[in-house]
Amino acid sequence: MSEQLVFAMEVILNGLMAGVLYALVALGFVLIYKASGIFNYAQGVMALFAAMTLVGIMNGQVPFAHVINATFGTHVYNFGWTIPALLAILLTMAVMVVLAWAVQQFVMRHLVGQEPIILFMATIGLAYFLEGVADLMWGSEIKTLDVGLPQGINLWLDEVTFNIFGYGFFIDNLDIVATVIAALLVGALVAFSQYTKQGRAMRAVADDHQAALSVGISLNFIWIMVWSVAGFVALVAGIMWGTKSGVQFSLSLIALKALPVLMLGGFTSIPGAIVGGLIIGVGEKLFEFAIGPMVGGATENWFAYVLALIFLVFRPQGLFGEKIIERV
Amino acid sequence: MKTKLATLALGALMAAGPALADLVIPDLSYRTGPYAAGGIPFSDGYNDYFTLLNERDGGIGGVPVRVIECETGYNTEKGVECYESTKGEGALVYQPLSTGITYQLIPKVTADGIPLHTMGYGRTSAANGKVFSNVFNYPANYWNGASGAINYLLGENGDDLSGKKIALVYHNSAYGKEPIRTLETLAEKHGYDLTLLPVDHPGQEQKSQWLQIRREKPDYVIMWGWGVMNQVAVQEAANIRFPMENFIGVWWSGAEFDVEPAGDKATGYKALTFTGLGDDYPVYDDLRQYVADAGKAAGAGDQLGAVQYNRGLYAAMLASEAIKTAQEMHGVADIDASMMRDGMEALEMTNAKMDSLGMAGFGPEFSVSCENHGGPGLVGVVQWDASTGTWNKLQDFMPTDAEVIGALIAEDSAAYAAENNISQRCE
Repeated sequence: MSEQLVFAMEVILNGLMAGVLYALVALGFVLIYKASGIFNYAQGVMALFAAMTLVGIMNGQVPFAHVINATFGTHVYNFGWTIPALLAILLTMAVMVVLAWAVQQFVMRHLVGQEPIILFMATIGLAYFLEGVADLMWGSEIKTLDVGLPQGINLWLDEVTFNIFGYGFFIDNLDIVATVIAALLVGALVAFSQYTKQGRAMRAVADDHQAALSVGISLNFIWIMVWSVAGFVALVAGIMWGTKSGVQFSLSLIALKALPVLMLGGFTSIPGAIVGGLIIGVGEKLFEFAIGPMVGGATENWFAYVLALIFLVFRPQGLFGEKIIERV
Repeated sequence: MKTKLATLALGALMAAGPALADLVIPDLSYRTGPYAAGGIPFSDGYNDYFTLLNERDGGIGGVPVRVIECETGYNTEKGVECYESTKGEGALVYQPLSTGITYQLIPKVTADGIPLHTMGYGRTSAANGKVFSNVFNYPANYWNGASGAINYLLGENGDDLSGKKIALVYHNSAYGKEPIRTLETLAEKHGYDLTLLPVDHPGQEQKSQWLQIRREKPDYVIMWGWGVMNQVAVQEAANIRFPMENFIGVWWSGAEFDVEPAGDKATGYKALTFTGLGDDYPVYDDLRQYVADAGKAAGAGDQLGAVQYNRGLYAAMLASEAIKTAQEMHGVADIDASMMRDGMEALEMTNAKMDSLGMAGFGPEFSVSCENHGGPGLVGVVQWDASTGTWNKLQDFMPTDAEVIGALIAEDSAAYAAENNISQRCE
């Protein structure tokens, strides 16, 4: 087997892994869009907010310490304790539920019946607001996030592939963990929406708000639930990306990686987000590997969008999106 | 009622009276956004040094310094807005800590007669004072950095890099592209093979670049990164088990927060520097007494001694020394921007001066002239030790390849002069 082909196989595998990470971010968008028709621009910032909250809770950091100290002349920064990762994740999830309630109570509830573009604009405002609150709450410095996830080359795969191809593949342990978690997450989301009362209610709301209301489903509750689940997905994405690079404000920009995934997979399909993520991941990595060196490299960011646009020409609703037919 | 009226009248009189003179220094900072982690400590150091001068010495030459902070978010458009909104305040010098903003401000400051100091960043050929009258980039620029890295590697390899493979991982922006020309020229001179690996903003995903490094096995990797790109690159290098001692970052890729997320695996990573390390300098005693302990520190006051804090401190110190020089040259304490420019052009930083400032060895000795706005271009090398959480000095400030850099600066600045119809000065 030629050396280039072996390298390409390694690139494809890594592309698949990267795609899973993109899909994790895209999932949050899909959940909210599917249930409420809102394109949540703040999803990336929610991942940032969740990761910052997790690190803050784990390290026993006093929220809003700078504001408190500046106002009262105190010097409190830390409670002096640390909290185990699992408990901190549960507490962070509770914070994300409160956030979901607040978003519904103070923003979305007042915009029921408005045009989608109004709701979209509201989420842009929410993104900036949340970024500012995260900054005030936890500070702008880069925080190291260690919830015990393994990182670095998977030596077993390295050895196995070396024995087969004479070249050991690099696969990051963190990417493998992310893949397993993403699979579990998708399974749980599908099971939740198919087999639980709340899940079925969520699907009913997604299909027809007014019909759902007429059979006694509380829109308010369902939307809080959906934003909470999206918050949970954001937390998972924040943990994965934050473990790689430290938790910092650029985490919010991972949303940019989710957009081509959504365009390709469709805004309303959970499997679409996964398949879209995998296609984008593999596509951009392969293009960078094969064509990148000829055109100066750094092709991944724009190629992902080009790939998504090519798909859009043939399937405007995305691979798995619902075909919208409007008759006049 | 009478008392109230009298108070009101006094207030009105005070408001209408002449404003107290001050030395205005805008601080185009970025405390928010994806590059805030680097912007915050730099700005804290910059502000704290001027606060120290105000608190301890009553300002510079008896005139207090007024720092006007304006948030740019490392965004070029916002940076230009900040410039436009602050220049009318009597701004003496701008230090935007952004190559993108620098490129936009060069024609503006030249037209407005305000000096621009881009220490260790910006347009490298601005070192040629004959063309760039208002732009200064002492004590070192990117091309010094590129040459400094190659000189260090030459030293590591018995002055012979022929046949060696060196990869440049760079931020795909005006900033990241700056060293390419120098590294290419030096590759011709020293016979090494250069591979260019751009990373798009913000640099959160670099798998392709590091897989390529793993495949091609370069002997050394040089990095020109900023923001999250640095942390991800160090982590990815550790992941592919690239030898950290063969990985060298420019000075903007060599802060504590760049290596800490990778933990112990970052040990051995090297970075270039043109400033001192840590807080073991007498100036820090004063900073603690007059600024930090007095509750007057900028930001959270928790950055003292950090790498980028020291850079901000150094930038402010150089600005204040230029103000002193200008005050002496023109015989007035309340100087304006054109006098400041003269002061910067006549700036002389001796070891004795650094010693008297409580910063002996913090930066190199150098002098600025009409022709040379770039200083000596001396570059040091430091290495990270995760076990102690400190950077350790590997190489003191050493000269770079003046012959190669000088020719490149002359060529690039001549092209700029021709494009902009600038007649050369200093004749």
